[in-house]
Amino acid sequence: MLKTFLKGGVHPPENKLSNKSKIKDLPVPQIVRVPVLQHLGSPAKPVVEPGNQVKAGQLIAKNEGYVSSNIHSPVSGKIAKIDDFIDSSGYKRKAIAINTEGDEWLEKIDRSKDHINEFSFSPEEIINKILEAGIVGLGGATFPSHVKLNIPRGKKAEYLIVNGVECEPYLTADHALMLEHGEELITGIKLLKKALKVDKALIGIENNKPDAIKHISALVKNTDGIDVYALKIKYPQGGEKQLIKALLNREVPSGELPVDVGVVAFNVGTTFAVYEAVQKNKPLFERIVTVTGKSVKNPSNFRVRIGTPVSALLEAAGGLPENTGKIIDGGPMMGKALNDLNVPVTKGCSGILVLPENESLRKEIQPCIRCSKCISVCPMGLEPYLLMGLSQHNLVDRLETGKVLDCIECGSCSYICPSNRPLLDYIRSGKAEVSKIIRITKQ
Amino acid sequence: MSSVVLYTIISLSGLGIAAALMLFLAAQKFKVYEDPRIDQVEHELPASNCGGCGFPGCRNFAEALIKAEDFEGLHCPVGGNETMNKIAELLGKTAVTQDPKVAVLRCNGACEFRPMVNKYDGTKTCSIAAALYGGETGCEYGCLGYGDCVEVCKFDALYMDADTGLPVVIDKNCTACGACVKECPKNLFELRKRYKKDRKIYVACMNEDKGGPAKKSCSVACIGCTKCVKVCTFDAIIMNNNLAFIDSELCRLCRKCAPECPTNSIIEIGFPPKKEKVVDDNTGQTTTALENQTNEENNKLNNIPEN
Amino acid sequence: MDRLLTISQSPHISGRHTVRKLMLGVILALIPAFVASLIFYGKGVIIVTSISILSCILFEFIIQKYILKSEVRITDGSAIVTGLLLAFNLPSNLPWWIIIIGSLVAIGIGKMTFGGLGNNPFNPALVGRVFLLISFPTAMTVFPKAQGWKTPYIIPLDEIDASTGATPLALIKEGIKSGKSIVELLEINDLNYSDMFLGNIGGSFGEIAAFALIIGFIYLLIRKIITWHIPVSVIGSVFLFAGLLWIFSQEGHTIISDTLNINLPVIKFKDASEELKVFHMADPLFHLLTGGIMLGAIFMATDYVTSPMTPKGMIIYGTGIGVITMLIRVFGSYPEGISFAILIMNGFVPLINRYIVPKRFG
Repeated sequence: MLKTFLKGGVHPPENKLSNKSKIKDLPVPQIVRVPVLQHLGSPAKPVVEPGNQVKAGQLIAKNEGYVSSNIHSPVSGKIAKIDDFIDSSGYKRKAIAINTEGDEWLEKIDRSKDHINEFSFSPEEIINKILEAGIVGLGGATFPSHVKLNIPRGKKAEYLIVNGVECEPYLTADHALMLEHGEELITGIKLLKKALKVDKALIGIENNKPDAIKHISALVKNTDGIDVYALKIKYPQGGEKQLIKALLNREVPSGELPVDVGVVAFNVGTTFAVYEAVQKNKPLFERIVTVTGKSVKNPSNFRVRIGTPVSALLEAAGGLPENTGKIIDGGPMMGKALNDLNVPVTKGCSGILVLPENESLRKEIQPCIRCSKCISVCPMGLEPYLLMGLSQHNLVDRLETGKVLDCIECGSCSYICPSNRPLLDYIRSGKAEVSKIIRITKQ
Repeated sequence: MSSVVLYTIISLSGLGIAAALMLFLAAQKFKVYEDPRIDQVEHELPASNCGGCGFPGCRNFAEALIKAEDFEGLHCPVGGNETMNKIAELLGKTAVTQDPKVAVLRCNGACEFRPMVNKYDGTKTCSIAAALYGGETGCEYGCLGYGDCVEVCKFDALYMDADTGLPVVIDKNCTACGACVKECPKNLFELRKRYKKDRKIYVACMNEDKGGPAKKSCSVACIGCTKCVKVCTFDAIIMNNNLAFIDSELCRLCRKCAPECPTNSIIEIGFPPKKEKVVDDNTGQTTTALENQTNEENNKLNNIPEN
Repeated sequence: MDRLLTISQSPHISGRHTVRKLMLGVILALIPAFVASLIFYGKGVIIVTSISILSCILFEFIIQKYILKSEVRITDGSAIVTGLLLAFNLPSNLPWWIIIIGSLVAIGIGKMTFGGLGNNPFNPALVGRVFLLISFPTAMTVFPKAQGWKTPYIIPLDEIDASTGATPLALIKEGIKSGKSIVELLEINDLNYSDMFLGNIGGSFGEIAAFALIIGFIYLLIRKIITWHIPVSVIGSVFLFAGLLWIFSQEGHTIISDTLNINLPVIKFKDASEELKVFHMADPLFHLLTGGIMLGAIFMATDYVTSPMTPKGMIIYGTGIGVITMLIRVFGSYPEGISFAILIMNGFVPLINRYIVPKRFG
């Protein structure tokens, strides 16, 4: 019996079209636009000015405050301008535009493909290197990693969980990474274990990636304290809380963090970035992005510089299909629809999904028939139908007691609803309303 | 037979008296003293419970008025100065007079001026759409057009114009309660001083982009050219973040700025047709012409199809 | 690209369930029971079912289009399900005009007055059925004797006594009043368990064939249209409650003392004539196989709109239905009580939904 979380969950068609594709390097684009806010927290502050020459890996925006992240130049060239530019948030936000000239990296970065296994850093040194490299959670949440690694006083981490679940349909970036960079991944896990001072690491991989499970299991065979688990296919298993429940049967209490139950979780992409940052001195300015969709000619996984426009990725995957209706940054369940093809790839972008026109429109909304399917699929044990109604009528008190803030916005409720009701739209707005009021009353 | 009637009368009256006694005792025991003036003040208030004063309802506002030392910051926009004076008289305090105000939509980006750049297929409310992205047009400051403000208006002072896709304020219904100001996720509504005959002159734009991008996304956007600032003799126009703003407290309705605007983003409403000289309000002829015009407008506003 | 991109919130894909597919699933699940009733009751079944479905659709259409002037939603299939379920609760020889009145009450009063699909607090088909049961008690409780396809829809007046009968539940209830034991009654009325299981008994034509209804239940479970909670808790609570009473009845006493050699007390009570009587009761299996328990538990109580939303709530609701049904059957004046029980528990659903919340994560 494979492990999984018990409550709720759905199983959308997997459509992992690019799971046989090797990671290809995308050519460095002519111009990159690097938003200064690519992470959760406060935006980074630019430290360069238009006209400055930069090399790839050079710091161009410094973190502001504790929950923030450094941003490095993904290319070598000249800073063109610092201006507002539309990004995946759908709004114009400050971004640094760089005109590419050649591809020169900072000298300290080790550009060889050799795998360096040994290290002798102290936990503090590792965390510091991660902070410097601007690493954030690459699974999509983009929470700065150094914050997660600094365990608050009085709490203790027992387990490191490495998230190779990739439960979103279509996406295969993590899958490709596990197959091609397994050794580096293991070293990254060792580094994180050292930084967290934990003995045990668990890697969770969904059962639809048997080759990755086999490969990683073989690699960790002779390593103590790293175990690989195959998990039953179920969305949203890649959610931090669901994965902890599936692997360790521990429930993160409402309003608390995984570290409160002794667990810290990292995505495989983040773990690989940690390896590169610590062992190769390479800051986070590249990531692996899946470009996929049923109508895309060559669905593939690319290694992409941050700031590359989405149009360049689509070009590399065989061009934008004629019948495109929607382009999504991320997977179909939690991704964000883009309204501009020039939106740059950011640290949190794990895939670009192209949906044809006939799949991109929502279906007609019908009255709620109270089938309670939304309740049965909610992984957090909430009542989505009720929260939607409360949010429509702005009943903030009852939204709060209905635990609307626990919602992880996985979208299972909207997905399953036979009446095509936009449950998550309203729950999200109710969530925003409740947190706004909590913020006001706290002040 | 008669005994049955008698017993019935006795027993029922006994029950009635006992119940009345209990109610009386309970009322005495649990009586809460309330300032009788609260009722009086509440009676004077418009009882619309719109929240325009900043309190949840008229009664809460009445309580606050009685507790307050002076009326600074306490004002009922619906009742206006008249109501506030009455209450002040009742409570032996002095009211702080405030000019009557009216809500104004600071966006003129009708469909014809603002080309669509994408198609929104999510839930059609402004708050949800605004949480997702900038909107269907290139201007992320402009009206989304899903009518959250119409929903929230308690005085039927707003309706959606089907042609422009923008909400329209019906001046005679607007009480300046501020509900739309709070509701609009793009902060497009502004409470401006209400001039006589509901004349208005304001910059109908909130676009803070630089001139080029602003003009590209909307042909009637304020491009921050500062021409209006230069021509204003009362220092009523402020330029901030590439956006002009006419302060309604300082503006004297001289109408010099409007023709200067290269994108027609300054809107004049309620004025007679422009003449060579400044129109004198006291001459009878122009006034009638003006009244006709406003009446026409009002008629137009009153014939709104219900939807 | 000259085409505009579409923007909407996540999720960008939706599941395979639609209201229409769910309703179609329910209709498919009712087909075995329909076929079984055709075998026993013949063409009357087709006549009653088609009148009921057509008039339900027609009334829904008229009300939506001309009275509420709202969008016409008859294509979602819910009116068909209501019509079908109403028909299943009627005798196969019911006159056409009574069926139409029933449909009008079901759709008009049971459903549309509350705002249509999704807002009705009571199961519309049952509202219609109970209205007819109270208004036309004779027509609703006299059923034709099963003669296969040849069973006439309109029974000639002179043959009424010979070719109609009552349900096993009514026969037993009447029989107990006359002081006979259950064993005698089963023999007199020629009732056996295999007939009850297959459906060769008197009753509303949809409720007779227990096995066909169970096939439908399995189909609904496989298609994930309903969960097990409500049917199992209804059937389970009927079984337990009936069993508990049965143990202390004359019949239970005889069997238990014979097989297990335990002497349990027997309930005795005084009736209206101050005469001491022994409590007679049929065994739990009889109660499960006769009357509307199977149809009610599987198809009527599980109606999405009028049943609770959480698994725990569903079990409370199902148990309530089972217990109330048995109370009416054993102590009430009607031989059958599942329709009333479901309607009563429908009334509690908002309360259950309010206070029984799912277990939150964490």
